Amino acid sequence: MVGSLDSHPPQASILPLRLTGACARVRGKPLVGPVDLTIGAEGLTIVMGPNGSGKTTLLRMMHGLQRVAEGEVCWNIPKRQALGRQAYVFQTPIMMRRRVMDSIAFPLILRGMGKMRARARASEWAQKIGLGDALSRPAPFLSGGEKQKLSLARALIFKPDILFLDEPCANLDGRATREIEAILLEAKAGGTRLVMATHDMGQARRLASDVVFMYGGKVHEKGPAEGFFKGPETREAAMFIKGEIVE
Amino acid sequence: MNELAQGLLDAWKLIFTLDRDLLEIVGLSLRVTLTAVAIASLIGLPLGAWLVVNRFRYRRATIAVLNALMGLPPVVVGLVVYLLLSRSGPFGVFGLLFTPAAMIIAQVIIITPMIASISHQVIRDLWADYHDLLLSLNASRWQRIKALLWDGRRALLTAMLAGFGRGIGEVGAIMIVGGNIDHNTRVLTTAISLETGKGNFAFAIGLGLVLIALAVSVNLIIHSLSKTERASNW
Repeated sequence: MVGSLDSHPPQASILPLRLTGACARVRGKPLVGPVDLTIGAEGLTIVMGPNGSGKTTLLRMMHGLQRVAEGEVCWNIPKRQALGRQAYVFQTPIMMRRRVMDSIAFPLILRGMGKMRARARASEWAQKIGLGDALSRPAPFLSGGEKQKLSLARALIFKPDILFLDEPCANLDGRATREIEAILLEAKAGGTRLVMATHDMGQARRLASDVVFMYGGKVHEKGPAEGFFKGPETREAAMFIKGEIVE
Repeated sequence: MNELAQGLLDAWKLIFTLDRDLLEIVGLSLRVTLTAVAIASLIGLPLGAWLVVNRFRYRRATIAVLNALMGLPPVVVGLVVYLLLSRSGPFGVFGLLFTPAAMIIAQVIIITPMIASISHQVIRDLWADYHDLLLSLNASRWQRIKALLWDGRRALLTAMLAGFGRGIGEVGAIMIVGGNIDHNTRVLTTAISLETGKGNFAFAIGLGLVLIALAVSVNLIIHSLSKTERASNW
């Protein structure tokens, strides 16, 4: 069961997150790794790389959705406690067969909050993200942008310490992307650590404080965003930044 | 053909004169089957969901057995329940044999595997959609089961209605454990069986038509109350 939401004893930070020689495999076939990476307490890390480079698997491995075949993924606190303090936004939003309000309230109810209070909080969040008029609509019938906003609200409503985002703006138009970026920046300002996979170079430049470049299932390059975009160390990263095809 | 027409006429008469015996039989039929469906749902729905979200060594074998139990012969169930509830049986002390309670027990045994098996199929599809989300939100196993049952409730209605269909039309087991005692354990199916045995075909057909009308009505009422097949539902 997830931790209680309203108890506020001084909590140790769940960060940094350390990956040491972490590998993911499927039926013995290596997907990602070995990865050595540290996600510090602050900032917005952008995970970039061509299709199939292992961005999603890396995020899933960090979040605990992908089994770590070798190596370690260590949080600053025990893993079981860390699980309840992180959230994930999927590339294809997973919509529960519920109304918008109940979908957003769901994580709070899982954490033991009463239904009425959870709905009131969900309603506030829905207003905040521009879904105020859609509270009673069935979540699966929302548009693509609305679904992604709902996913974000559902992920952020319990104030996670870290939020993983797997290409949250893929297939969205410019306006929806801008709205989602605004929500992300607000969450970041509120103390939520963000780790986001994206293909969108413009978005990466706008948001990133540091970059992890994946290539062939390995972390090919990592470092502060400014340095990465100005002077990438590897040929593949340079090609990727220029928009050339990296195979 | 004459008997069929006479049966229709008899059914019409029985319904519109509000025949007391018929109402009693219909009432008991509904009471027994709806109670059995309710109990079987309380067992079968969580069991179906539990089998979806849990991984254990003999899971596949358990699901295969559950599916096989859908074809459980009612007469065999009746016989076993009879032996268990008879005076010399382990539960004979409760004096349940030839009572509606015995009929409910037999129906629960027959219906539960069906409800559990169908709900397992339904929830398995929903679990494929929800798996990553519920794991990501760190939901406990019980919370996962609750979420799946709630969100799949409209589809799960089909499982319950299938159970109701099997129960209301069942005759073998309830005949053995109920005894078809007039004003006590006589239900529509056992009454039809009795009237057929007596050669009273027209009345038997009349009762049969009432049974079909009852099954259809319950389905329609439940679908209507649960608002299935509407544009804004799933």
